[in-house]
Formats: sequence, structure tokens, C-alpha cells
Amino acid sequence: MSEAAVSAPAGRSGAEWVAWLRERGVYVALALLILFNLAFTTNFATLGTVRLNLIQVTPIVVVSLGMAMVIGTGGIDLSVGSVMALSSAIIPIYLVGYNPWVSIAMCILAGALVGLLNGFMVAVLGIQPIIATLGTFTAVRAYAQVFSGRLREFRNPFYRTIGSGDVGPSFARVSLRILIMVILIAVVAVIVRKTTLGRRLVAIGGNRRASVLAGLPVRRTLISVYVLCAVLASIAGILETARSSAGIPGKIGIDLELSAITAVVVGGTALAGGRVKVLGTVFAAIFVLVLQATLVRQNVRPAATLMIQATIIVAAVYFQRERGTR
Amino acid sequence: MTAEDATSTPAAVAQADLDAHVVAPSAAADRGDRVAATVQRLAPFVVLVVMVVVGAFAFGSDFMNTGIFRNIAEDKVSLALVAVGMTFVIISGGIDLSVGSVLAVGAVLTAWASMHYGPVAAILLPVVVCSSIGLLNGLLIAKAKMPPFIVTLASLLFARGLALFVTNNGSTKVNVQSDSGVKQLGRGVIFGVTVPILIALLAMIIGAVVLNRTRTGQAVFALGGSEDAAVLMGLPVARTKVLLYTASGFLAGLAGMIAATRTLSGDPNFGQGLELQAIAAVVIGGTLLTGGSGTLSGTLAGVLLLGVIGALIRQVGDLTENHQNLTLGAFLILVVIIQNLLSKRQRT
Repeated sequence: MSEAAVSAPAGRSGAEWVAWLRERGVYVALALLILFNLAFTTNFATLGTVRLNLIQVTPIVVVSLGMAMVIGTGGIDLSVGSVMALSSAIIPIYLVGYNPWVSIAMCILAGALVGLLNGFMVAVLGIQPIIATLGTFTAVRAYAQVFSGRLREFRNPFYRTIGSGDVGPSFARVSLRILIMVILIAVVAVIVRKTTLGRRLVAIGGNRRASVLAGLPVRRTLISVYVLCAVLASIAGILETARSSAGIPGKIGIDLELSAITAVVVGGTALAGGRVKVLGTVFAAIFVLVLQATLVRQNVRPAATLMIQATIIVAAVYFQRERGTR
Repeated sequence: MTAEDATSTPAAVAQADLDAHVVAPSAAADRGDRVAATVQRLAPFVVLVVMVVVGAFAFGSDFMNTGIFRNIAEDKVSLALVAVGMTFVIISGGIDLSVGSVLAVGAVLTAWASMHYGPVAAILLPVVVCSSIGLLNGLLIAKAKMPPFIVTLASLLFARGLALFVTNNGSTKVNVQSDSGVKQLGRGVIFGVTVPILIALLAMIIGAVVLNRTRTGQAVFALGGSEDAAVLMGLPVARTKVLLYTASGFLAGLAGMIAATRTLSGDPNFGQGLELQAIAAVVIGGTLLTGGSGTLSGTLAGVLLLGVIGALIRQVGDLTENHQNLTLGAFLILVVIIQNLLSKRQRT
């Protein structure tokens, strides 16, 4: 992670060029995509388009942040979409007669409980993360649907502000959603880079046995990471529920675990664990979204979009694989 | 006991590590090991029998006659076929997330080809395309050395895109012609048993023979146990992997052909989430996700268990698919926890 080597790569040999590109593939790809759009897509470079893209990408980014940390430990969390659904089921229950903050607290508490269960199964019982979270993936969404049932629309000024409100002084108003996303990115970046938790989770992902031998609190760290991931997912669920002004646990966060894993992997975090690239993840999520938007603008059929997306994932991982397999 | 279960001091860990590799454990521990191993092997069958008996007592002949068998026959054939491939892949230490989408490709292409080119094409086209997707998975994993999880995640997206593409996002209906001979695949009956069930049983039997009686099967186990060791032993690691993923793609395509010919339509949304159900069935059947051990009979029990649980919940009455998924998720977690305790007991 030599962030110092960002300087212009002039005068390097071919191999160094490849290494440089490999390290920053996402940024290069995103830059190329944006150049393409500037040239061929009308109305691309407007503030409205940028804002819309950022608003749409928010839930994926927020979930990917947690996923990046979990993958950094060498694990995976399939239950994130279901945790979002849980938020969507909880909010309508606490709307009438409660302070809206109560509903938010309940969502985060419920998310934390799911994360605790995931973490307990992975860290204490030693179950493979994919299976442990496959169980919660199935059960949690079903549970959310059982106690919520059908679509429950609501009108609530508090949630309308969260969903589509703006904040800030009049000359620089930003969407509250985007602001929340930026704050969460900063928080996770600080956790990963500056705190002991961040260093420990990377150490565990790099070599779990060595971490145990070094006396790191492996179990506690793993549980914390899964709880953090689930809490971020429940926040993403709150944001999505607020935007649609309805509790629809059957619809919210479907397949989001796949989008999040894609963002994390394309962003340069190896599935084997041992490193977390926060900004790479964020930009990969933006890249995938802009790619989808571009293909729609160029009148490519949505089905072909899926195929192109898949090809790009494979290409991204193929170019990163030397680092990925370690 | 793994190192982490001991205290975290290096000395204790090293001791625990030594204990794990002691060559001659005491006789009592040895017997305990064997009991644990037997329990682990037989558990899915015991639970299956218990479930059926509970169902029979609770709901009477109604459950035995229609509920359970109709449910399993109609719903679980696809799962059984896909789970055979998944068992091989998981024993080899890999995973195949693309099976559900490949099933959709198989179904859509069967219907599309039967509309435009007749029954021969309706069989050949899906087989070739689905096997090719599996082949591509295998090549990327074995030759390009990319992680199976990512490769098959990408082909999950790709295959779903392909199925949607053929049907123009589901807006162009593709249907198997009702006078086409190919519909025998999904609706035919031989000796009083439906063709789909026969195909699923055949796949199970062939799979079991290959896994337990051939070099390829031994290579699969060796590969899952330790890939490095398998390479050093001179086993054809890359070729085995490519073969496995191709077979998994083929079986998923076959399941899609059956789904299309049974419903007489090719729905691009077929098989969503099937990969997770298949993984669940394989794991419930006692195959370890870490690779190196597992049985197809266990997988069969796992598939049947999922079917019986579904049938039981349907019998209870006003319970929905959500209750079913809730139970399945909880059951999966429970099974894995118990399995883990048992396999730890074995390693002690």
C-alpha cells in the first residue's frame, strides 16, 4: 500500500507500468468512462446527473464499506441485503407515537444483533463465513417479511428529509444522503487506517494463525467487524426506506450483497483478505453505477448490461490476480 | 481442537497443535472419533426419517400421499441435479454460484430452440451453451487461477443477462411447443415414474460411481484436501477442475431443460437463489465447505430434507414462503453448528 508512489509514472519500464495500472485500475477505468461520456453522452456533465448518480450509489457504497472490512478479514457477509430489509420492516412500526430517532435506534440495534450472530458463528463457533451468513441471509429477510407483511406506505417529514432533503448553506446545498455517505466513508477510512481495530482486522485477514499466536483478540475483532458491517447495512436500509417512503422488506436490498462484493473486489480488496481499500471500493461502486448509466444512455439493452458488467468484473480481477492470490 | 480454541498464549497453542497431530490417540478417544464420524455421516438421514415420521403422524395419510412426494417430485428435481454438480465442486474446494442463472439459460434456450428449430436443437443448444459457460468457469479458475467465488459470481450475472437477452428482458415469451417431442423430457412417464425424477436419480448414481470408484473422483477428494499436495502427486489438477465446472454447468443446463419442458415455457427468472439452496443442501448433507470430504448420498438426503421441510410447512396451513425460508435459514444454521461441533470432536 505505497500511497507515496502516486507520482506520475513517466519513464518506467513495462512491468512497472502494469503494476502501476494494477494498483489503480479502478481510477483509470472510471476516468476513461467519464471521458467517454463527456464525448458521447449528452447532458452528462451537468450537476444534476452527478447528483443523481451519487444519490443512487449511496446504499451500495454504504453496504460495500462494511463488506470491505469483512472481506479484509478473509470473510464474507451475504446477509447485508436482508439486514436492509429488516430496517425496512422496523421503521413503519415505530412511526406513530415514537420519536423518529427511536425507529432509527431500533433498526441499528436489530442490525447489530444480526451482526453479533454472524460474528459469533464465524469467530466463536468457527463456521465458514459464507455458510453462516447464508443462514442469516435466508432467515432474516423471511423474518422481516413475516412481521411486516405487505407494503406499508408512510408520510413522515423526518424520513422525507433523510430520503430527499438537502442540508447546508444556500450557496452549497448538498443532499443529506450524500452527506451521510461521505461521513460514513470518512469514518470507515479512519477505522481501517488509524485504529487498532483496523490494524487487527487486516492482520487477521493476512494470517489468522499468526494473529492468534501474536496474542491479538481475534474473536473480539471478528465479531466487531461483522457487527459494524451489519450496522452499516441497516443504515443503508434506513436510507432506502426513507427514499421510497414505504416499508417493503420483500424488495429492498435484493441482490445488494452481490453488488457490494463486486464493488469491493473490483476496488482492489483481495477476497483472501489481508487488505482493505476503502477509497478503491467507493470508486468501484461509482464506476459500476456510471457504467450502468452509460449503457442505458447508449441504448444498450439492460440484459446486455448485465453481461458487460460480468465481463468487467472478470477482467478487473484477472488484472489484479497476482496480488489477489498472493 | 483448533489452535484458537485453546488459550491464546503461544505455548498453549503450540501444544494444542501438537495434540492435533499425535499419531496414536488412546483407544477411548479413537472410539469417540468413530462415533462422532458415524453420527455426522448418518445425521441427515436420521433427521430426514424423523421429519417424515413427524409429518406422517401430524398430518396423516394426506401428508404421505400427496404433500411430501408431490412437493419433492415437482420442486426438487432441479435442486437435486444442480446439487450433484455442487457436491463435486465443493468437495474439490471450490464453489459454483452460477448454477441458478445457468438453469435459466438452459430453460430459455430450450424453449427458444424448440420454437425456431425443432426438438433436436432444443436439446443440443442448451447443452452446448450451458456446458460452455461451465467450461469457461473452469478455465478461468484452473488456468487463470482466479478465485471460484468471483468467477462464478460474474457468470451468475452473465448467464442471467444472457437469459434475459434471449427473451428481450422477458417481454418476448418463449414457449416449448406443446406438440414437440422434447416435452417428454419434463412430462414423460416411464414405468410409472416421471422422467425428471429418473434423470435426477441417474445423475445421483452416476455421480456417486464417479466420485467413489474412479480416478477422477479420487483426484477431486485429493484436490479438496490439499491442492498443493495434489499438484505434487502429479494429479491432473487443472484438467479435473475444468471437468468439474463443465459438468456443473451441464447439470444446471439439464435442470433448465427439464424446467422448461415441464412448464412448457422458458422463463428467464427461473432458478433465482437456487445456488444458495444447493449449497445449503450440500452442507446439510455433511459435505464440508472447506473441501476434501463429502458424499452424494448425504446431498440427496439434504435435498430431500429441504423438500420435506417445505412440505411440512405447507401442511401447517396459513404459513407462507417466508415462514419456510425462516425455518430453512434457522435449520441451516443449526445443522452447521452441530456439524462443526462433531468435526471438532473428530479432530480432538
